[in-house]
Amino acid sequence: MLRRECDPAAVVALWRGDAANLVQILHEVQDACGNIPDAMIDQLAKLLNVPRVRIEATASFYHFFHTESHGEYEILFSDNIIDQLQGKAELMRYLCERLWVEPRKLSEDGLVWVGETSDIGMADQGPAALVNGMVLPALSKSRIDLIADLIRAKCPLAEWPAMLFAVADNVHRAGPLLGEAFAPGAGLRAMLSSSAEAMLAELDVANLRGRGGAGYKTAMKWASCRKAQGEAHYVVCNADEGEPGTFKDRVLLQSHADLVFEGMTVCARVLGAKQGFLYLRGEYKYMLPSLRAVLDARRAAGLLGKGILNDAEFDFDIQIHLGAGAYICGEESALIESLEGKPGKPRNRPPFPDTSGYRNQPTVVNNVETFACAARIAERGAAWFSGLGTAQSTGSKLISVSGDCARPGVYEYPFGVTVRQVLEDCGATDAHAVQISGPSGTCISWQEFDRKIAFEDLPTAGAFMVFSRERDMFEVARNFTHFFAHESCGFCTPCRVGTSLLKNTMDKLAAGKGSPYDMAEMKRIMHIQLSMSHCGLGHTAANPVVQTMEKFPDAYEKRLKKLHFEPAFDLDGALATARLITGRDDEWAHIVEEKS
Amino acid sequence: MTTFTLDGKTIPFEEGQTIIEAAAAADVYIPHLCHHPEFKPHGSCKLCTVNIGGRLGAACTNRAAEGMVVESETPALNADRLALTQMLFVEGNHFCPSCEKSGNCQLQAVAYHLGMLSPHFPHFYPARDLDASHPDVLLERNRCILCELCVRASCDVDGKNVFGIGGRGIKARLIVNSPSGRLGDSSLAVTDRATEVCPTGALIPKRRGFSVPIGQRLYDHHDIQEVPQAGLKTKMKERQGG
Repeated sequence: MLRRECDPAAVVALWRGDAANLVQILHEVQDACGNIPDAMIDQLAKLLNVPRVRIEATASFYHFFHTESHGEYEILFSDNIIDQLQGKAELMRYLCERLWVEPRKLSEDGLVWVGETSDIGMADQGPAALVNGMVLPALSKSRIDLIADLIRAKCPLAEWPAMLFAVADNVHRAGPLLGEAFAPGAGLRAMLSSSAEAMLAELDVANLRGRGGAGYKTAMKWASCRKAQGEAHYVVCNADEGEPGTFKDRVLLQSHADLVFEGMTVCARVLGAKQGFLYLRGEYKYMLPSLRAVLDARRAAGLLGKGILNDAEFDFDIQIHLGAGAYICGEESALIESLEGKPGKPRNRPPFPDTSGYRNQPTVVNNVETFACAARIAERGAAWFSGLGTAQSTGSKLISVSGDCARPGVYEYPFGVTVRQVLEDCGATDAHAVQISGPSGTCISWQEFDRKIAFEDLPTAGAFMVFSRERDMFEVARNFTHFFAHESCGFCTPCRVGTSLLKNTMDKLAAGKGSPYDMAEMKRIMHIQLSMSHCGLGHTAANPVVQTMEKFPDAYEKRLKKLHFEPAFDLDGALATARLITGRDDEWAHIVEEKS
Repeated sequence: MTTFTLDGKTIPFEEGQTIIEAAAAADVYIPHLCHHPEFKPHGSCKLCTVNIGGRLGAACTNRAAEGMVVESETPALNADRLALTQMLFVEGNHFCPSCEKSGNCQLQAVAYHLGMLSPHFPHFYPARDLDASHPDVLLERNRCILCELCVRASCDVDGKNVFGIGGRGIKARLIVNSPSGRLGDSSLAVTDRATEVCPTGALIPKRRGFSVPIGQRLYDHHDIQEVPQAGLKTKMKERQGG
């Protein structure tokens, strides 16, 4: 057996018997058992003294948790459009053939399970997959051969060749965040020589805005949280980077974690917070050892823990919370729910986290890159920061470039850079369209390449997916509708049902059964999602369809039957079960569609 | 007294009241399904979405404020509400003619109210479980609209936590607090608030399905705006002068 024995009592004790740590507890149980068995759910309910239904709700919400067994090796292929264009489907089919398994089904010997998952943050080195939660980047047929051999030999993961797991940074253009050395503590020392108010004033003058895409002023968020009354204040770093095509936080956390933790500590000083959390997406589990090492080094250097930099009143520590495969947890209130051990469903707002966040206490939630910027501002001051970029968008921005270009990777630019410049630098010679900021962002065509990356023009969390002339933008949009349907939390009607309706309609078009009626229907569904959804996921879920429809109408029109309406119902498909039962597949067991 | 306007009508409110609560107190109906005056606001069905000074929001989760200008009965909002109701119909399996709840069902009544003539969207025909294991209560998941009223009632009123929501997205489903996952092995009683609060026929007491014949039921004779909650009979009596 490759698995360890699981002692739920020990796991619960390790997490202080606190049900708020349920997601972490479930990770440990699944790591040990391979899945979360029903009996384990009963035991956890007793040990944590919460209703069983609460454990089950959380265990069944997150994609990476499963109650049924996925064998000794669970392989999940990243299913972003970029992975697909790089040959993901072919590699997955090849691995299944090599292992004699069907996709999404446990192998008969109970050894292996092969499935899919949403983008895992490796679009610059895809196709990629996860094996038992660990990233396998840059897959090729020869690597699949090696992986299949290792699995069939039942080789423990720890003994697999390290090169299979080597994730490159791929930084092709560095600026003040990535390119210049940072001495841990430099920002804190500079800050401690003045007051928390002075730090807030610096942030305000620097005009730092949130790097998650929304662009809310960081100084305002921190000031309002600092002012809010509560038993405790919390600092949360949103490292749930789940937007397909984004991977810039991966580089910050992998190679510049000190900058991020320093920014969180600066924030803690401003708020008077004692506890911080790094909400790390489950896909980045491979980084846990290196991140913990950085935290330990900071504690040893007096930059974290009790009495930071010999200031007796400055206590602050950071705990890493591992997500479990849920894009929606990038939404700040869903992230907080997840931190509290619950399914990641966005809260009703107001109140906002600045007054009522983690455990209903004042909480600042900021993006990884925002904290890194805050550390630099503490170190070097506002004037230096606001000297970069544009008036409304100061500083630099990390862009995650992927798709049809010679040099995919991370590029740091001052805000205001044109799309054309980025395309030139990354070697995209035949770009036709760019998806800015992922599926929830903006799709721009070649006619708009002079637009600028900035809050006032094209705001972005960082994704920059390049599509060349030969790519089918309909298929790009269809992939995104599948993504949103998979990632909708299911709380509100318009998003839960609307994302599935959109996905089904796009599949109908792909099957050659579309009509102008379906195009109008998709616009109507978009309107309802935009006006009635509970959170940003629902508001933006129809963007890819509507934007590609508008900018690449040919991609849709060539798929439409020249009819007013075509039913989705497939008469011949409905007979499939009957054919299976009777073992027939002859001409008379089919209904041939009449040509219209 | 503090007031706001709703479709041009002045509505008084008390501090802390939501728009839908203040509207109900003034006898103004805003279509809804997951809202119930006895329970904490939830805000998931989105039927009660109103225009609050140019911004759209759920009337059940947004608090009334002095001078607020709210629009609810507009053709555009009612068209969107109709679409949401149709979405609820196609994501489940709702066969009104054979349903014991027909005529007392709020989903059906809201559909009548909004003038729904067809489900419009393609049906999903999901495969959902029916749980008849409880001696007195039937759990028919085909009719569940995930309003979580039973979840809230069991937790907040009955103190039992019999229900929860499992899964995610379109696969979200009502789950039961028992090791087997079956209702019969849970602590639910037919007298629990959770049993009777269901707006549809998803949770329904056994052996009473047709004690009142179809045709003589609440919404067979009343628009839901007259009796928004089947349990609130007093209001109806007042209107009838009884």
